[in-house]
Amino acid sequence: MNWKRWSLFLALVLTMGIFLAACGDDEEAGGDDGQDPGTEETDSGEDNGNSEGEGEGESGLAADQTLNVNIKTEPPSLHPGLATDTTSGAVLDQVFEGLMRINQDGEVEPAMAEDQPEVSDDLTTYTFTIREDATWSNGDPVTAQDFEYAWKWVLDPENADTDYAYQLYVIKGAQDAKENGGSLDDVGITAEDDKTLVVELQQPTPYFLDLTAFYTYYPVNHNVVDGVDDWAQDVTETYVTNGPFLLESWEHKDQIVLKKNPEYWDADTVNLETINMYMVDDENTAFQMFNNGELDWVGDPTDSLPLSAIPALKEEGSLNISSLAGVYYYAFNTEEAPFDNVNIRKAFASAVNREGIVQSITQREEQPAMALVPPSIWEENAEGYFADNDADQAKEYLEAGLEELGLDELPPIQLSYNTDEAHAAIAQAVQDMWRENLGVDVELNNEEWNVYLDTMGEGNFQVGRMGWLADFNDAINFLEIFQSVGGNNYTNWEDEEYSDLLEQSRTETDDAARKEILREAEGIFMDAMPISPVYFYTNAWVNKDYVKDVAVSGLGGVQYKWGYISDAKEE
Amino acid sequence: MAKYLVKRIGFIIVSLFLIITITFFLMQAAPGGPFASERALPPAIEEQMNEAYGLNDPLHVQYFDYLLSAITFDFGPSFKYAGQEVTDIIKRSFPYSLILGLEAIFIALSIGVLLGVIAALKHNRFGDYTAMVIAVLGISVPSFIMATILQYIFSIQLSVLPVARFESFAHSILPAVALATTPLAFIARLMRSSMLEVLNSDYIKTAKSKGLSQRVVTYKHGIRNAILPVISYLGPLVVSILTGSFVIEKIFGIPGLGSEFVESVTNRDYTIIMGTTVFFSLLLLFSILIVDLIYGLVDPRIKVARSGGEK
Repeated sequence: MNWKRWSLFLALVLTMGIFLAACGDDEEAGGDDGQDPGTEETDSGEDNGNSEGEGEGESGLAADQTLNVNIKTEPPSLHPGLATDTTSGAVLDQVFEGLMRINQDGEVEPAMAEDQPEVSDDLTTYTFTIREDATWSNGDPVTAQDFEYAWKWVLDPENADTDYAYQLYVIKGAQDAKENGGSLDDVGITAEDDKTLVVELQQPTPYFLDLTAFYTYYPVNHNVVDGVDDWAQDVTETYVTNGPFLLESWEHKDQIVLKKNPEYWDADTVNLETINMYMVDDENTAFQMFNNGELDWVGDPTDSLPLSAIPALKEEGSLNISSLAGVYYYAFNTEEAPFDNVNIRKAFASAVNREGIVQSITQREEQPAMALVPPSIWEENAEGYFADNDADQAKEYLEAGLEELGLDELPPIQLSYNTDEAHAAIAQAVQDMWRENLGVDVELNNEEWNVYLDTMGEGNFQVGRMGWLADFNDAINFLEIFQSVGGNNYTNWEDEEYSDLLEQSRTETDDAARKEILREAEGIFMDAMPISPVYFYTNAWVNKDYVKDVAVSGLGGVQYKWGYISDAKEE
Repeated sequence: MAKYLVKRIGFIIVSLFLIITITFFLMQAAPGGPFASERALPPAIEEQMNEAYGLNDPLHVQYFDYLLSAITFDFGPSFKYAGQEVTDIIKRSFPYSLILGLEAIFIALSIGVLLGVIAALKHNRFGDYTAMVIAVLGISVPSFIMATILQYIFSIQLSVLPVARFESFAHSILPAVALATTPLAFIARLMRSSMLEVLNSDYIKTAKSKGLSQRVVTYKHGIRNAILPVISYLGPLVVSILTGSFVIEKIFGIPGLGSEFVESVTNRDYTIIMGTTVFFSLLLLFSILIVDLIYGLVDPRIKVARSGGEK
């Protein structure tokens, strides 16, 4: 009996021992990690010494130049030729650099190119000279061949994953090479010598320099990556970059760390030593981390603020807003009754209280949209083409429309949107506005994103939510969506005159005349009203007071090149 | 025993085959494709991508390709994360889910059993009520609410634990507790009722009347018998904790496999859907097998080999 009890006791002690040992390990590990921030601090303390030594003249810089931001998700690709999304763009814009860069004021300035390019008289040939001191992170010089290789790689039909190849279609022969079996040798990209790159365009393109600042136009070091298909999968010797920051580590789905690139040609401008990019998907969690001091920046452009937090932030005055070239709109299916009638479409557009939506639902000081092209591109569009929330006008249109259709009252209609808290709230408000102003029954229909795109693509909707963000700062970005049916134009609306005007604008070399043509096209579009614009997007974020000069672009990008941590952090 | 094992593994293969087949056809039937995005692609480029990823092949060819890839466990690259291999994605995210899951299971089991036993021993007294109030709360408060409350108390108010992410043991405490709440409550209730039943059974009365001490009766005769239902619950628990950690992983920003599993469906990332489904199915099927084997060890009345042979 006794030995049995003892053996039981012994077994118990042993099992407890195992658990305790396990816990002990964990605790030790925890302890170590707990000390980590401490060691980091001392590390950065040393850094301090350095940067103070370097930048004695600079006042207002904190010793610890570390920025913590959230980029929400894993970037789908850090290969400039394969990337197609803002998260990847937010990383690529820091580690790579194209011929041009958009500066803090939104203007295009030379980057890898030494100066503004020489442009031929017919505006179709650009000659760039690559700056002498431009080097790759492995020490190689950046050459014109690197650009030629990178761009032609994207245009090679063998490389199928290059969704954004069409960004290069302004270059002569590019579309042919990608889609119609044309030869890559006929594409208008020529490296004359190591430092001279000549680009021939299909036709004059006033926004071409903007495009060269876009990540699809970034160079890659062809000596290193040629033949290495997976060079951009991880941080390895083959991940060679030329931007203001280096990719220090990439823990997938967890964290990216960027370090300052000391060999960058403009390294003197760069103050931040380290950027920690965390991938926290949940907005509320990210916001809590910000409140807890674990993040220095939360919200757009790499993340978003929880809707519920915005009113309080606004009240305390810490919310930052900047305009974003994008429009949120409801597309009408112009082949589906009753929206095949223009007066009905106008009635629905006039009956929306946009001011109310941006004031009480989205609350990020968006501008009510009564036009297609955002006012950040065309200032005059702040006014728009019709009056917001004009119930009387809406009723007039409705009567005219009903008469033309031979109806007494509107049939019930369906409003579709993809599942999302904000989209749902807006749709409910609009449902109410339409019911009140037009006396129509509106049924709401929400679908998961992929299903929704499918439904819209099949034209299986009456009114559907959509949005568009510009790739570059030009009105054509918005107007060309609706040039023909298909692609991103879900409305089934097309118009010969409209299309002709856009074609005409492509060959017009005079800026003012071109704008005139495009304005005319927009006029035609707004008169047919195949969409009801709702609001123009904004960026909304909060940052710690000591974060300075981070450049948020009107195109949804962010650049940390000029950013720094001010010494307010230490006070 | 060997015969039983072979038979069970045979069943596993058949179930796996059915799972793959059903998943494949459901996946194909779902509207939308992996390349759908807010910006529609030029048709020519979309065509090239479909070709490159084998989406233009006839359905039966694609189906056999997937079967083959499941057998070799090589699913090829993800559609969304260009170039990343599915096996690499599973390899890098599973450890997070595993550590989190094991921690949660440990908490759920130890505290759940403890609460259950206390409740049974103090039947209808203060201890019982306290334990059961905790259990009812645990079952009725969803894990994501629990997570937010924990974050608020321990990170924001007390500043003792980090809000999110998964770097150290300290980071893992809150998500593990949040994940463990529901199963903990369930186990406590399970343990309580089965313990009550056992304590009222004849052999416990015999043991007591033989003059054994309360402690020996409880630990040696009571718990060992009462814990059987909890063990049979372990199999599904392991899997539901590993796959169901999606919400917790999202809230705490943990790069685990649960979120990969759910997001792949939203993204229509066919290869990852297949890879994670096969992986999780294997996990489920084998953990059920292991639980059955353990059952035989704990309860000598169940003869695994013989009962398997008879069926």
